Amino acid sequence: MPYNSVVCVKQVPDTSNISGQVMKPDGTVNRSKLPTIFNPDDLAALELALQVKDTYGGKVTVITMGPPPAAEVLRQSLYMGADDVVLISDRRFAAADTLATGYALSMAVRKIGDVDLVFCGRQAIDGDTAQVGPQLAEKLGIPQVTYTEKIEKVEDGWLYAKRKIDGGFERVRAKLPVLVTVFGDAAVPRPFNAKLIMEKKRAKSQFELERMSEDNPFYYFYNDLHNLEQRGLLISTWTVEDIKAEEEKCGLKGSPTQVYKVENVVLASAERKRYEPTKADLEKLIDELMTDHIFG
Amino acid sequence: MERISGVWVFAEQEDGHLHDVGLELLSKGRRLANQLAAPLAAVLIGHQVRNLVPTLYSYGADDVFLADDERLQHCLTLPYAKVLIQLVKLHEPRVMLFGATSIGRDLAPRVASNTRSGMTADCTDLQISDVTQRGQLYKNLLLQIRPAFGGNIIATIISPNSKTQMATVREGVMKMEKADNGRQGQVIDLDVDLSEEDFAVELLERYKEKPRVNLKAADIVVSGGYGVGKKENFHLIEELARVLGGEIGASRAAVDAGFISRDHQVGQTGTTVRPKLYIACGISGAIQHRAGMSESKKIIAINKNPNAPIFDIAHYGIVGDVAEVIPRLIEVYKQRSR
Repeated sequence: MPYNSVVCVKQVPDTSNISGQVMKPDGTVNRSKLPTIFNPDDLAALELALQVKDTYGGKVTVITMGPPPAAEVLRQSLYMGADDVVLISDRRFAAADTLATGYALSMAVRKIGDVDLVFCGRQAIDGDTAQVGPQLAEKLGIPQVTYTEKIEKVEDGWLYAKRKIDGGFERVRAKLPVLVTVFGDAAVPRPFNAKLIMEKKRAKSQFELERMSEDNPFYYFYNDLHNLEQRGLLISTWTVEDIKAEEEKCGLKGSPTQVYKVENVVLASAERKRYEPTKADLEKLIDELMTDHIFG
Repeated sequence: MERISGVWVFAEQEDGHLHDVGLELLSKGRRLANQLAAPLAAVLIGHQVRNLVPTLYSYGADDVFLADDERLQHCLTLPYAKVLIQLVKLHEPRVMLFGATSIGRDLAPRVASNTRSGMTADCTDLQISDVTQRGQLYKNLLLQIRPAFGGNIIATIISPNSKTQMATVREGVMKMEKADNGRQGQVIDLDVDLSEEDFAVELLERYKEKPRVNLKAADIVVSGGYGVGKKENFHLIEELARVLGGEIGASRAAVDAGFISRDHQVGQTGTTVRPKLYIACGISGAIQHRAGMSESKKIIAINKNPNAPIFDIAHYGIVGDVAEVIPRLIEVYKQRSR
């Protein structure tokens, strides 16, 4: 029996890869200069969804909420085998906290409809909150299985899964439809399929086409829009109205949390001693620690 | 019914044992409640767990909400969330704290979403303060403080318009105060109203191993970072820890690189440690890491890069390659401790 999945993904700044060039003179990170990547846990989530499709059939739809450049992770999803992708993008979604994000995603999942499984990465590396998955499940009114490590099977309307807990694991079964959040180690994402790259590399969102027409006065926008649409290569973009969301519940307005202040970290230690990596210096260090009764 | 709407702590228990993090949060919650001149309440959910109530008083709880039911023996998201959501809606606590455990991080966002409460994950500090935001004064807000974005900043998050301000905190971040066994409180028994649809997830099997790593209790922690270079070099960290009688720690970068398993991770999203001695080997010292070890009594940093931020909080700094310094350090220690 086929099962339809929606996978929620996020394009994130590569926080694990902060080099000198992205540091501002005051020592803070220049967010706009960071390279962006497909959030690692979300890649594993997509892989699990594709495995369910491989085994049982069904459709995999990948959605992301973000600024226009986030279309890139949707193209990558197509290269891996997603059937359909949707960009949820509107200025009014900007500065959403996890609650407002969960709400907007829930409205998009409702619009897609007929969904058996919703997959999310456990958490995104830019915030590490792990809140969006459970909050999306709550907004959809469906159960959640967080920290999923393995999907064992889907059978008779139940999902059987293994999930990581502190110091061990649990095996659970959950009634469909269910939301699953996936650990990055759960699955190795499949490589991009060469045939799919050839087929889908021209997939573009309307934003991207508009951008091209700005850059090139001879570019005939509507021609290409129509052309891509006919060939199924137009990445749908949904706004607040498209998903029938209430504007007050979206973006900054719909976010109960606010950033009150942001401080650079001031470091201080009471005493600081430098030792050379020589035997004599290390002896001094060990002796000092022994005098302080640090050992034993 | 009398409303009890001060500071609340979810007192996580498993198989009849209270999790330390709940007691740590009660200790912190007590101080926050005093500042607010409000009561401190614990929420205890489980089956045959009434005997845990006095412990919660002794760590500062004035009131304990007790949901005791056979069907609540194991933590399942939907029924536990339902109990909490009903309770939060009824009493509208100002502050609600959860341990950032696999249970707390699963449960809390669901409760926050249903009650439209602002929520911040993995806070490293919590304070009460008046805040003026966009020209408006908010009295006694909860400041939810956490490192953010790549670790160069500390962000203070507020939820000014939430009835309930929620936060999760990792185990070990807040200090557990001494129990005051003479303290008394009142228990409020809850009617548990659950239906079949709350059991849409069934537990089939649970496996828990005895924790192999006990970072929190260790007097000496030797941690390796990405600067250790490769997995094979990590045995140097293990060797130094063994010789000094310490526990092995790691930075997130070392864990992500596959040098060592995640239960060794020290930092904001790992374990917070306060040992007598912390030796940071090849760790640059991102704020998320420092958040988990900066209160160590003595810190030794070994790093090739003389500008690594870890040196700014280290009491003793050694500029050099971990692969050369550690064997020498082991040799010297063995000679001196004879």
